[in-house]
Amino acid sequence: MTTTGELTLKTEPFVLNIGPMHPSTHGVYRMRVTLDGEVVIDIEPIFGYLHRGIEKLAEERTYTGFIPLTDRLDYMSAMSNNLGYCLAVEKLAGIKVPERAEYLRVIIAELQRIANHCIAVGAMLNDAGAYFTPFLYLFREREKIYDLFEMLCGQRLTYNYMRIGGVSQDIPEEFLPALEKFNKKLHNVINEYEFFLKQNEVLLARAKGVGILPKETAINCGISGPVARASGIKWDLRKNDPYSIYDRFEFDIPTCETGDCYDRYRVRIEEMSQSLRIIEQAMKQVPDGPVKADVPHLIRPPAGDAYAHIEAPKGELGYYIVSDNSIAPYRCHVRPTSLINLTALREMVKGWKVADLIIIFGSIDITMGEVDR
Amino acid sequence: MAIVNLAVNNPLPMQVVPPDWPGGYWWHWLFFTVVIIAFMLIMVMGAIYIERRGMGRMQSRLGPNRTGPFGLLQPVADAVKVLLKENIVPTSADKVIHWLAPVIAFAPVLMIFAVLPFQNGALLADLNIGILYVVAISSIATVGVFMAGWGSGNKYSLLGAMRNVAAVVSYEIPMVLSIIGVVLMAGSLSMNQIVVKQDIPFILLQPLGFFLFFIAACAEINRSPFDLMEADSELVAGFHTEYSGMKFAMFYLVEYAEAIAMSAIITTLFLSGWRGPWLPPWLWFILKTFVVFFVMVWTRTTLPRVRIDQLMALAWKFLFPLALINLFITAIQVLVWPDALPWILIIINIAVMAILIVLWSKFFKLGWGRIEV
Repeated sequence: MTTTGELTLKTEPFVLNIGPMHPSTHGVYRMRVTLDGEVVIDIEPIFGYLHRGIEKLAEERTYTGFIPLTDRLDYMSAMSNNLGYCLAVEKLAGIKVPERAEYLRVIIAELQRIANHCIAVGAMLNDAGAYFTPFLYLFREREKIYDLFEMLCGQRLTYNYMRIGGVSQDIPEEFLPALEKFNKKLHNVINEYEFFLKQNEVLLARAKGVGILPKETAINCGISGPVARASGIKWDLRKNDPYSIYDRFEFDIPTCETGDCYDRYRVRIEEMSQSLRIIEQAMKQVPDGPVKADVPHLIRPPAGDAYAHIEAPKGELGYYIVSDNSIAPYRCHVRPTSLINLTALREMVKGWKVADLIIIFGSIDITMGEVDR
Repeated sequence: MAIVNLAVNNPLPMQVVPPDWPGGYWWHWLFFTVVIIAFMLIMVMGAIYIERRGMGRMQSRLGPNRTGPFGLLQPVADAVKVLLKENIVPTSADKVIHWLAPVIAFAPVLMIFAVLPFQNGALLADLNIGILYVVAISSIATVGVFMAGWGSGNKYSLLGAMRNVAAVVSYEIPMVLSIIGVVLMAGSLSMNQIVVKQDIPFILLQPLGFFLFFIAACAEINRSPFDLMEADSELVAGFHTEYSGMKFAMFYLVEYAEAIAMSAIITTLFLSGWRGPWLPPWLWFILKTFVVFFVMVWTRTTLPRVRIDQLMALAWKFLFPLALINLFITAIQVLVWPDALPWILIIINIAVMAILIVLWSKFFKLGWGRIEV
């Protein structure tokens, strides 16, 4: 070890508990970190502090009754969780979703992606020590997205908006004009972020080349989403396995090469622009018609199983549902994006300093509700 | 030219300001002691107000505005709140050191104000070694911080305290070297004489010195982007993690008092202290101090935090050589060219600063800092 080997003074590593109560653990995550001075030698993740048994609760509820609980998984992108679950049940029961509902779902899922990336970038910069300024600037935009969501369903964080076979209610008249106004503004706002952050000297020094995740490690750990794309893996389920109506839109998949914290931040900012592109295309094509297929509240899907996955803001979010032809799922399993993305953390932080540990952890973008379920 | 006199040409009286108060020395000392304590407490309140409101505006939020008109009573509310809090001492703490640390950190900050001139000759003691005294005294606060870190029996505190000691030891050197440039220009160590000699503010004649001093001062008093010792996103609250109640308030006070003291020193050394047209001198002094403090708040809201090794690299590889070069150039200017017109010197020095900073920043590369473990 270079840090202690050259010194005659004998030092030894010590263990530092980061979390579960810590400003930068994004919830109640706990890392038992072995440190040599400031250098991270090893970390041992410990989680389960937020375990609520949501997968088990699904077995006690009807298929529709489980939708509100999916909101509580990844509460930073609740709409995407709703969507993933509804897609799985629709696949299981063979339900056809009306056109209008499909378009609304895409618009909402992409808005949710922007909102989630606002938090992800803001929180990462906050972890880097930018005292709440970028965080609050990004929150400003997220609030506007939440205003739009509030128009749809009256809720701001846990929406319960999607239904099996569509969405719960049609959009109000003022939604699309408000969305258009928001889109125009967001273009400028993203440019503003680029102007302030892209070449920020301190951010470059802190994030560039820090916490590199090699491509092979990313694939072997099953990492998906922006974290994988930052490592150079061109993998996006919206393109690779199009669900809903994503094959009708034109958009790019932004990727980077190095896979450091800066790349992960870049990919997220680029994805915000791409989501905006999808929303703009979808807005013009929204057809008239019903927003929900004729599905009863108590459905009994035929016995069997189905797996549906979507490209949630954080990566591949999958729902595996087994039905025994009753009103409740026999088994419901979630493929949690955050938990699987966390698996490479140990490889990424080894040898870096405590401060880097925090920013690398922040750049993965996790929600504890999803990690522990 | 009056501004570039050598010390040998301009010998100073070797005693403190003769007492012109009835009753002699002691009235003078009593009066200024009371003035300094009141001044510092009121300035700290102003500083807290400026920081909280200013940061609020910069972060696109309002800031505290519920207590009194425009939230002016917020510092009072903070103080009352903190006074009523329970005083908790951890069981693993070294009780004596834990108790003594805030006191030792607080006293030297108060002592700095003894040599700061509020207007011509209005200071507690016009020491002929004024600036040397400031440099010597201001380091003592570090002892208090280290005692706090050590005595708390907390690993976060210890890490924060170690970072602080490392930073202060390193940044003293460029700081003192950039002060010497000013001393050469003024031909005196006395704070009052330095102000008297500033027909043109030294920020124009010593731009590089000002720049280096400002950075070093920010690191010395742990203002962002060098606030590593309390790094809220990494070390929770750094060295004062285990402090509560009035002892925490003491550290809070020290933090702002140090910032104000450093702003006042910068005002005195580079911004021509109490000098200025129309307004009374003491008001100029206070205004300039707040302006410097505002710039510190501004950088805090703008920049992310640097890492500990980057902090040290900045001190030793960037500030230290530049401070030496600055000292060398200033010495040549004073010795060889004592009668130069000030505007020529201003142009030369600003050009030298720009060239040196641009050239020296080329030596820094990104993405380093990992240690094989």
